[in-house]
This record gives sequence, C-alpha cells and structure tokens, in this order.
Amino acid sequence: MLIGILSLQGDFYLHEKAFDELDVSSIEVKTIHDFDKISALVIPGGESTVILKYIIEERLEGKVIDFYKKGNPIWGTCAGAILIAKTVSNPIQHSLGLIDITVERNAYGRQVDSFITEAVTVLPGGKMEIVCIRAPKIQRVGKGVTVLAKSGEEVFLVRQGTILASTFHPELTDDRRVQRYFLSMIKK
Amino acid sequence: MPDKSKSNSSSNSFRIKVGLSEMLKGGVIMDVVTSEHAKIAEDAGACAVMALERVPADIRAAGGVARMSSIGMIRKIMKSVSIPVMAKVRIGHFAEAEILEELGVDFIDESEVLTPADCEFHIDKHPFKIPFVCGAKNLGEALRRIGEGAAMIRSKGEAGTGNIVEAVRHLRMIQSEIKKITMLRFDELMSKAKNLGAPYELVKGIKGTGKLSVPLFSAGGIATPADAVLCMKLGAESVFVGSGIFKSSDPEKRAKAIVKSVIHYKDPKKVLEASEELGEAMPGIEMSTLNDDQKLASRGW
Repeated sequence: MLIGILSLQGDFYLHEKAFDELDVSSIEVKTIHDFDKISALVIPGGESTVILKYIIEERLEGKVIDFYKKGNPIWGTCAGAILIAKTVSNPIQHSLGLIDITVERNAYGRQVDSFITEAVTVLPGGKMEIVCIRAPKIQRVGKGVTVLAKSGEEVFLVRQGTILASTFHPELTDDRRVQRYFLSMIKK
Repeated sequence: MPDKSKSNSSSNSFRIKVGLSEMLKGGVIMDVVTSEHAKIAEDAGACAVMALERVPADIRAAGGVARMSSIGMIRKIMKSVSIPVMAKVRIGHFAEAEILEELGVDFIDESEVLTPADCEFHIDKHPFKIPFVCGAKNLGEALRRIGEGAAMIRSKGEAGTGNIVEAVRHLRMIQSEIKKITMLRFDELMSKAKNLGAPYELVKGIKGTGKLSVPLFSAGGIATPADAVLCMKLGAESVFVGSGIFKSSDPEKRAKAIVKSVIHYKDPKKVLEASEELGEAMPGIEMSTLNDDQKLASRGW
C-alpha cells in the first residue's frame, strides 16, 4: 500500500512524515505517471492558487478525477479541501468538485486570525486538537456528506464516500487519528 | 466562531506561526512594489508576495536610509491578492513591526535589506502574533533568531546583486554546521553552543533532528530558474526572489519559470523546459566590486 502525496507546493513533507510514523510508505506525486503506483491520494495544505495552477499545468485534473472514479480515497487538508470542494468562494475559484461542500477561502481572516482550538469528533479517542492556518471554512454541507469533527456549528472534518476533507492540519499535531481513519478507507 | 483561547499560550502561538512557514514550503515568494506586480506574481504561482517600495537592487542604487514601506502601498497589495503578504521592517525596529501587526500583514521580514534601526539588538519576536522571518549567514545567527522567536530562517545571500554566490555560501555554511552537530557527543554540545553563540536547547534539538526547528528558505541573489534549483538542492525549502523577477526583461515569464523549476527541482528535464527563451536576466554585480559597507549581509548580530 503506497500513499501518494500531491507535492506541487505546501507542507507535503509533513504528510509523508506522518504516514512514515505509522509505517506506511508514501511518494511525492508531481506528474500523471506517479498515479500508477498509489492506492490513495492526499492533497496537502499550502496555497490553493498555486496548487490549482499546477494541477492544470501538469494536466493532473483528469487524472485525479479518474483516480476518484475508480473508487480510490482522496483526502484534502486546508488548501486541499478547497481544491476538492464542489464550490469555492472568496474569491470564486475553480475546483475539482469531488465532495458536496461549499468552502470559503481565508474565512477566518489573515494569519493573525489563525488559531488552535478543540473539536468533538466521532473518531474514538476524545476531543481533537484543531490547528487552523489561514483556514478555509466549510459553509455548506450537502446531503450525503457526513460530519466527523465539529465545534458548535463549525465543521472541520467531513466525508462523502471515498472523499475526506479537513479544513485544519492533523499533520501539524501528534494526533494520527485522521491519518489512521483515512488509511481505513482504502480498499483491502 | 470557534473558541480560540488555546491559541494564546506561547507554545501554541509559536506553532501557529511556524504552521504558516510550513504551508509556504516548496514555493516562491516574490518581491513586488505595486498591486499590478502582486497580481502578476500571484498569477505566475507565487505562494506569497513581499510588499516593498523598492526592490533591493533599487534600494542599493538609491542609497540613503531604507525604511518600512508606506502603509497605503502595503494595504493596496493586501487587497489585490488572496495569497499571504509579507512586509519588511528594519532590524530591531519593533515599533515598525507593531504597525505591521496592526495592519495585519501575514509575515514580517526583519530584514538586513533595510537600514538597521538597532546595531546591537534584534526584535523580541515571541510576543507578536504575526510570524517573523530573519536572514542568517551561518548556524549561530540562525539559532539566535529562532531563539528570539523567528518562525522561518532564510539565507541572507547578498540582496539586489543578482549574484547567487553569497546565498550558496550561507546555505552550505548552515547545512555543514548542522551536520557537524549531529556528529558531536552530547557532552560536547554546550561548548558548541558557546562557540556558535546559540541557545543550548536549540543546539541540542539539532543533535536530535538534524535540522532547524523552523523551515529554512533561501534569499539573496536568485536571478534564474537554475539559481532557484541550486538553492533547493542545497537544502532550501522555498526561495525568495527579490529583484530577480521585476528587474528582468520579461517578469511574467521569468516568474512562472522560477515557480515551475522549484516544483520540479529534482527533474532537470522540467527545469530545462522552464528555462527556454526567458529573455534577459537582471544585470548582476560581482562581489569583489562591493565595498564592505555595501554588503547588506553583514547587518545583523
């Protein structure tokens, strides 16, 4: 089992490290050829404008959608969640539309408004630390989308079928529950 | 709104600051002097922009005292793009930093490119909610800045020269000093910390991890895609390009080429593609023609 980490820009190295801690191998995905070897894909945090630009430049959009249609799991964190959402606002931006949520970019403000908080989660093990860096906000959750972590009305982690989206950064914490959950989504 | 009270402890505040540095990895941060430049940079794939009144090459040419840029100009750039905006303050000028924090820029560069305000002390960066990046020529300097609260280190290089030689020197110096520490015995670390002029705890941390506790980027003299790739291969995790883009003959093309080369820095074929037909790079300055007082890298203590 090999996890692909989309490595166009952002904190892809931290995702590799997190899976490494769980003894799961991962590779950097930069071109269409890298998709042949992987059984799940992570789209990391970073700047969504840059990652989107190079998804298009490297002709990866169709490849990601094919990968999804074959039933393989995809997890987007922060910028990654923006890229896989059905709709994006602030500003309106093209996205891959893999999960029925609306995401607002930089919804909490600028870096000075970045924060750490706690959320309740259905994943076993109690409350989850939520690290949000210039984070987007999930403004709408469609039918068929399950909320996995939230704090009050604020939704931080959602799943629809084989797609997982988090607006926060589990890879910036020591908690590996989201990584484990994502691994459990891979077909055996 | 979520309960943000957990963000206020000093360790969490630092984690949030370093978090943004992590998100900027694998990218290019570009100096811009107008909102038009900022748009060009964003469209070319910059992961952040540095808003300043003059690029370093022009600061060098103009002489005089270089200060924090005008607020109106920084604000305009903040409004024109959705990516993070950085701005520079003079070394030790915490009042300029307080103004930028109030303005809400995403990152502050306590920079040797501006005229230092304090010839002995840098800013205590811990109390700020905004992350700081600082330049370093060697490991001691990098660790002193991290000790003061910097959330990102960049090689100083020699800004505004279009000459990569100093950035290479600084990156190699930092990396080789890190390597040496990993080979020391624990009982040798205190002496090493003394000789580096660096906090002991941070030296000890490097012994364990083999890297700085914050991301290491490169700046100062990057003018071509190949320059950017050289820095990435020497261990930089992202690059700052100052004068190199908007002092070249075709800034848009060069900006895109440098971004593409950083993404694919391990793939010479892609770097070759990116390097075709770029037009003229910025004119460069050979180091031996600079007097010591014209070398910006020597600012910082």
